[in-house]
Amino acid sequence: MSDTPLLSVRGLTKRFGGLVAVKDIGFDIEPGEILGLIGPNGSGKSTVMKLIMGIERPNAGSIKVDGVEMAGWLPHRIARAGVGIVFQHSRPLHRQTVLEHIKLALLPDSLVKLAADPHVNRRAREIAERVGLGKVMHRHPATLPFADLRRMEMAKAIARDPRVVLVDEPFAGLTAAESEAFSELIRGFRAEGRAVLLVDHNVKSLAALADRVLAMYLGEYVAEGTAEEVMQNETVRRVYLGGKIEARERGAEVVSNKPSILQVESVGVLYGKARALDSVDMHVREGEFVSVVGLNGAGKTTLFNAISGLVAYHGTIRYGSRDLKGMSGAAIARGGIVQCPETRELFGDMTVRENLDLGGYHLSDKMRADQLKWLFELFPILESRQAQTARTLSGGEQQMLAIARALMMQPKLLILDEPTLGLAPVILEQLSKAMERLQKTTPITVLLGEQNVTFALPHADRVYVLEHARIVWEGSPSRFEKEMGRGFLEAVPSEAAQIAQAKV
Amino acid sequence: MKDIVRSRLIWAAVLLAIVGATLPWWLTGYILGVLTVAYYFGVFAMSWDLLFGFAGEVNFGPTFLIGLGAYSAAILNAHAAAPIPVCVMAGGLVALVGGLLLAVPALRLRGPYFGLVTLVAVLLLQNAIVIFAGVTGGEIGMMVPDVMSVDASHNYWIALAFLIVCAIILFGLSRSAIGLILQASGQDTVGAQALGFNVVKHKLAAFCISAVFSGVAGAMLVFYQGTASVSTVVDIGIGVQIIIAAVLGGRRTILGAVLGSIFLIVAGEFLRPLGQINTFVVAAVALAVILFFPDGLLGNILRVRERE
Repeated sequence: MSDTPLLSVRGLTKRFGGLVAVKDIGFDIEPGEILGLIGPNGSGKSTVMKLIMGIERPNAGSIKVDGVEMAGWLPHRIARAGVGIVFQHSRPLHRQTVLEHIKLALLPDSLVKLAADPHVNRRAREIAERVGLGKVMHRHPATLPFADLRRMEMAKAIARDPRVVLVDEPFAGLTAAESEAFSELIRGFRAEGRAVLLVDHNVKSLAALADRVLAMYLGEYVAEGTAEEVMQNETVRRVYLGGKIEARERGAEVVSNKPSILQVESVGVLYGKARALDSVDMHVREGEFVSVVGLNGAGKTTLFNAISGLVAYHGTIRYGSRDLKGMSGAAIARGGIVQCPETRELFGDMTVRENLDLGGYHLSDKMRADQLKWLFELFPILESRQAQTARTLSGGEQQMLAIARALMMQPKLLILDEPTLGLAPVILEQLSKAMERLQKTTPITVLLGEQNVTFALPHADRVYVLEHARIVWEGSPSRFEKEMGRGFLEAVPSEAAQIAQAKV
Repeated sequence: MKDIVRSRLIWAAVLLAIVGATLPWWLTGYILGVLTVAYYFGVFAMSWDLLFGFAGEVNFGPTFLIGLGAYSAAILNAHAAAPIPVCVMAGGLVALVGGLLLAVPALRLRGPYFGLVTLVAVLLLQNAIVIFAGVTGGEIGMMVPDVMSVDASHNYWIALAFLIVCAIILFGLSRSAIGLILQASGQDTVGAQALGFNVVKHKLAAFCISAVFSGVAGAMLVFYQGTASVSTVVDIGIGVQIIIAAVLGGRRTILGAVLGSIFLIVAGEFLRPLGQINTFVVAAVALAVILFFPDGLLGNILRVRERE
């Protein structure tokens, strides 16, 4: 094994319209080395992976595999030059067995080879055995559990015998035992002298596996080093925890005697084979501000979508005295539960004013005018931007517009999903102020989902921690600070809670 | 398991082919005529399924390729007095060239635009035929001096043999390594590319194969019917019928397309006494099948097996 890097990335930059998704990122991976690329959602880490694979074309920068420049190549050329990828979500073929999927990966890119070479069959079986699919190789993907589908993706990557392996979210949706089996496979790549790039939200899950970790935030380089070093890095801590946690409680008595407006009872959601939500119980009282805190992929959006009637679930969700099961998303929204989604879903080609007017479509002219006036007080910037199309707004302004439009619908319960996603700290402050006013001046009930604890805590009356599809903690913001605090970055609350208890 | 299913499917097909071959001994010339047309439609629908079911591209204009083949053959026969085999081969060739000219730029487009381009191509061809009425016969259509045979049984056997040959080639192709790559390209483009497959190349190849079979079948139909006209080989309505036949029979099955075509043509013919209502009834049945069994007749059988 030589010391020259197998994968060498320099000055990689990608712009999507006005947004710089990846800015001047560079790193080397040597043969037999595992690099972890971490960052919260929207940090650009997945884009880096797509740029290397050629699925997106970089605007600038160099990507060299074994000294050969590949930036701007088409994906199939990059794949043939020795780069393999393990996708997070598999999209298996419908009528083929597991073995046939692996055989597919072993086929040459030829228009005249009608039959596979005889060794392909044997090789496919070997790979199936290696990744632990030996017993199910003749079954169809539709009948397999989620972990086996991920194994199949792994098998396809192995079949290409890549020198550089990119793995997207290696442990998403897997149990601890399954994660261990996957770690073992990835260590196998290292032992074979391949260069491995792992992309994940979370440092902790990669710590035991990665030789080095590189952290990104908002498309930029933040820190690089061992997992331990990166976790200690001040910027990394601020990105994940948002700096110092401040809890300002309103006093529990304000709401604790109010009836509950939303009751979620043992709700579960399955996405195909992946369990996105697992018997979640929670409630929200009238006028309460409840924050659901959790890292990306924990199930926050799924929970909100279940409440809003956008995904099928089992269990019961009650709104006041009404069972929401079977009600359409539109009926639920008219009933007063309004969600402001993570993706914002603005009408990009319409003006700010038109977006707001659509939100208040059902109101009388008089009420709509009053509501608009109030919202422009809440978000003054929107008043000056009225005639601008939503697409041309900055990220922060778009988020304000999304919240304002949701408020135009005069919700009884406002659901905010990751409003701070990808926003600069200055904007967070403005949003935070708006939240505070909202809370003080209206009787509105708010359910907030956040990864950024600093934003989620100050306004909250109560906090739920969602992790791996389950609610693992519930309590007041001040207790959160004591019990969860620093441990949250590492995202193993049970351990963190034990440590916290031990200290007490 | 899969192998048993596959061989069962093939045995059923062989049995049907044998029964099909004996039909002229017990059926009237009229019914044989209906079936002959249905068999050519079967080839159209199979070619279409290769493109839609496997490459994942919706070709709204199968009649562009069929029409090119049919009219090239007819013009060559009527104006240059070329023998039928030459005309048929020329039909396939012209459809291939026309298909390439259409597909090379169109496959660069994403989403529904490929389909729209193929739709526009049909309208263009239709207009070109009307404009150059001196050569093509315009809206009335053109007679060809040669026909394959005047005997209904002979025509029937030729069509059946042609159908069987095409079915063997297309079905074999769909189950080959190339068919596998094509399915991957159609169902997960990014995934297929990441495995090192040049997706555009494979889709283009599928389009070419589809074009040749459509063009040849179109040319054969002309020499069976003795005429080439817009209403029988180019009209958008014909294209829609082919698409319905393929979906009805079962997407991604190739052989299902034949069943769908036979059902559609035969049902349409036997309900003719109903008058205007006949097309309505056939369309309603097709709609019901697509709504309630989106995998089609054959697709549904295969899917039940898959679950086991």
